[in-house]
Amino acid sequence: MKKGKIIDLIFKITTTVFALTVVVIVILMIYNMIKQSMPAFNKFGLKFLTDTIWDPLAEKFGALPFIYGTIVSSMIALFIAVPFSLGAVLFLSEIAPEWIKEPVSFLIELLAAIPSIIYGLWGIFVLIPILRNYVEPFLAKYFGYLPFFKGEFYGCGMLAGGIILSIMIVPTISSISKDVFNSVPQTQREAALAIGATKWETIKLAVLNYSKTGVLGAIILGLGRALGETMAVTMVIGNCPKISISLFEPSYTIASVIANEFTEATSDLYISVLVEIGLILFIITIILNVCARLLVWSVSGKLKGKVIE
Amino acid sequence: MNNIRRKIINNIMILIMIISTLIILVPLINIFIYVFLKGISSININFFTKLPMPVGEPNGGMANAIVGSIILIILSSMWAIPVGILGGIYLAEFGNNKLGTIIRFTADVLSGVPSIVIGIFAYIVIVLPMKNFSAISGAFALGIIMIPTIMRTTEEMINLVPHTLREASLALGITRFRTTISIVLKTALNGIITGIILSVARISGETAPLLFTAFGNRFWHEGINKPIAALPLQIFAYAISPYEDWHKQAWAGALVLIAMIFLASFISRRILKSKYKIER
Amino acid sequence: MEEKIKVNNLNAYFGERKVLNNININIKERAVTSIIGPSGCGKSTFIRCINRMHEVIPNARVEGSIIFDGIDIYSEKTDVISLRRKIGMVFQKPNPFPTLSIYDNVAAGIKLNGFFKRKDNLDDLVEQALKMAALWDEVKDKLSHPGSSLSGGQQQRLCIARALAVKPEVILFDEPCSALDPISTAKIEDLIFNLKKEYTIIIVTHNMQQAARISDFTGFFLLGELVEFNTTSEIFTNPKDKRTENYITGRFG
Repeated sequence: MKKGKIIDLIFKITTTVFALTVVVIVILMIYNMIKQSMPAFNKFGLKFLTDTIWDPLAEKFGALPFIYGTIVSSMIALFIAVPFSLGAVLFLSEIAPEWIKEPVSFLIELLAAIPSIIYGLWGIFVLIPILRNYVEPFLAKYFGYLPFFKGEFYGCGMLAGGIILSIMIVPTISSISKDVFNSVPQTQREAALAIGATKWETIKLAVLNYSKTGVLGAIILGLGRALGETMAVTMVIGNCPKISISLFEPSYTIASVIANEFTEATSDLYISVLVEIGLILFIITIILNVCARLLVWSVSGKLKGKVIE
Repeated sequence: MNNIRRKIINNIMILIMIISTLIILVPLINIFIYVFLKGISSININFFTKLPMPVGEPNGGMANAIVGSIILIILSSMWAIPVGILGGIYLAEFGNNKLGTIIRFTADVLSGVPSIVIGIFAYIVIVLPMKNFSAISGAFALGIIMIPTIMRTTEEMINLVPHTLREASLALGITRFRTTISIVLKTALNGIITGIILSVARISGETAPLLFTAFGNRFWHEGINKPIAALPLQIFAYAISPYEDWHKQAWAGALVLIAMIFLASFISRRILKSKYKIER
Repeated sequence: MEEKIKVNNLNAYFGERKVLNNININIKERAVTSIIGPSGCGKSTFIRCINRMHEVIPNARVEGSIIFDGIDIYSEKTDVISLRRKIGMVFQKPNPFPTLSIYDNVAAGIKLNGFFKRKDNLDDLVEQALKMAALWDEVKDKLSHPGSSLSGGQQQRLCIARALAVKPEVILFDEPCSALDPISTAKIEDLIFNLKKEYTIIIVTHNMQQAARISDFTGFFLLGELVEFNTTSEIFTNPKDKRTENYITGRFG
């Protein structure tokens, strides 16, 4: 008996220690990134966040262009992805017959499995030519009076970045929204039907109202994913640290500048700056993730977290 | 008459929803077609067996990148799988308390951290002290990405094992340890393997965290403490180059990568389905 | 009494499985008709055929006809949306819209159907419906509170108000009190008794005493068949079919 108790105790301790690894990793990550950013923080302080000059040779570093690029490209992605994702998921969960629902849901899940690098490859050789030859000329011709579509267009740029991100976050938003809509009790839909609602009115009254919080969580998680995306964006966004309202102009995101310049960084200060930029991204995504999880959990009830790819 | 208006709106909205679904599917299908068509025309035996050639010379391949990716996968799995499974066991068996909640929460947060940030972390704690890029640092970064998925999947699969099974075993005087390993784990094994396969599929396509850890290599690696080539890294390098021949190889690499990932996806679905068939 | 609903040779299926077999029944206007029978006998399926809710379930279908206001509700010409407004339903478990306020719950149907002209009119209609459902006094000071903040019995009356707000002609009750306590049950039974002055009511119940208390007519279902249909007093004091007698004397069910 005694021996069994000892074995079980060792077992419990071992598994606990291994489980704590994730906590240790996160703590170490935070600690190390802060430590490595200190040189940059000490030199530039908070002005770092608002400066726009990025001149590594002259050791002048300002993070604003990257913060701008990251946020704007992600916002564009949300703007495009959310309506189409919700529309598709509502169709699949409320209207589509089983023989459409299964294969199409499967296809959308497949979108999630495609690695970023392949989106990037497709982006360079398919999306950018389409933008350069068809979409951007069209936008310039008919909507050129808007500040968003002014100037020369090259295909790559903020618009390309936003579009490719939107495709990539569709599976994230879709899969969580699907779970949220599925958790709406059938009696709610029946209540709406029973007072004479049409299918669409039932969706509005019974499904969407009920799911507001959960869908918000899905959107925030999608945003989190878009902010951290690296390869696909790097390959299409132009990689130029300028802030411009025109979507045709090239831009630069936090993840992209790190990807492009980390191995080229010639000085310790340069690396420290890049780590600090990465830290900013880290903090933003953690905050978003926490908020989103809390929202989604409050709807689905239990402390169930979906591992988002 | 009001009803007619409502019906028209209803039909329009349904149409919009159908169009949304189609719009979402368009890029997906387009990507598949492109990767397949462009990849298939560039794939040949050289691709799998030869090293990269300088520009202009024919018959180059990505043999080192394919092998490099396999090595990275093996190295990452070696440390991530045990950690993930044991951690998942903790959460399922002992984790119904505050500590468990904290760990679960942290794992979920970790799974949302951008992979490039994880790459920075690996750079700081491994590349800097080692003073060079290496397969080890790459495997470290990839492992961190794998752990949360494996942990949560393991936990979920173990939780699916009926309590009665556990209780019967414990009632016979078998230790908790034995019960979990020999009985619970065996039952949950299919699901856990699925989680592992999916994690592996995910990291096989990861590029960002390898950019400054594994770094890439034009030749065969000289040891796991040296830079190593990887398929996604090679695809990236070729894609952004100005050379037509290298672009072709990038597509071929993409085809191989996607084929591997989808194969893993299908296999894991099969395993998961067969598990439940047996249970019924 | 006029006949409000005539059910002719109704058969209902879930896929291949037949759950209602050749039902023929006439529902009288402005009366309470109760449908009794053991679990699984098809009572709920039956009333769900009347407001065409049965077919909402995948693979569910119906054969036969139901004549309401002179028209077969299953004909091509019928507007299902209008039908469901005219034939309201209250469900077993109260299902108010939890994110909407009490006011909005009642107003939901009114707004959908465009029954009002100005905000004032809407307020009146909501108040009317809540009064008819015997809920007004209890909620008039908290109309903006969410529908889910009420007790079970109040929620059910809210659902009744919601159904009344769209001015139906028939109200279907599917075991409305089975999730409620006796006091709430009594309140709702009183309510139903009052409502029958204006509305035709069909109530499914597994509680025979309830059927005996409030209904004018009773139909006994067993295994998907209508075994017997008569005035309530006849059914309970002088059942013609042995199966009916066995059920009401408690030999089974």
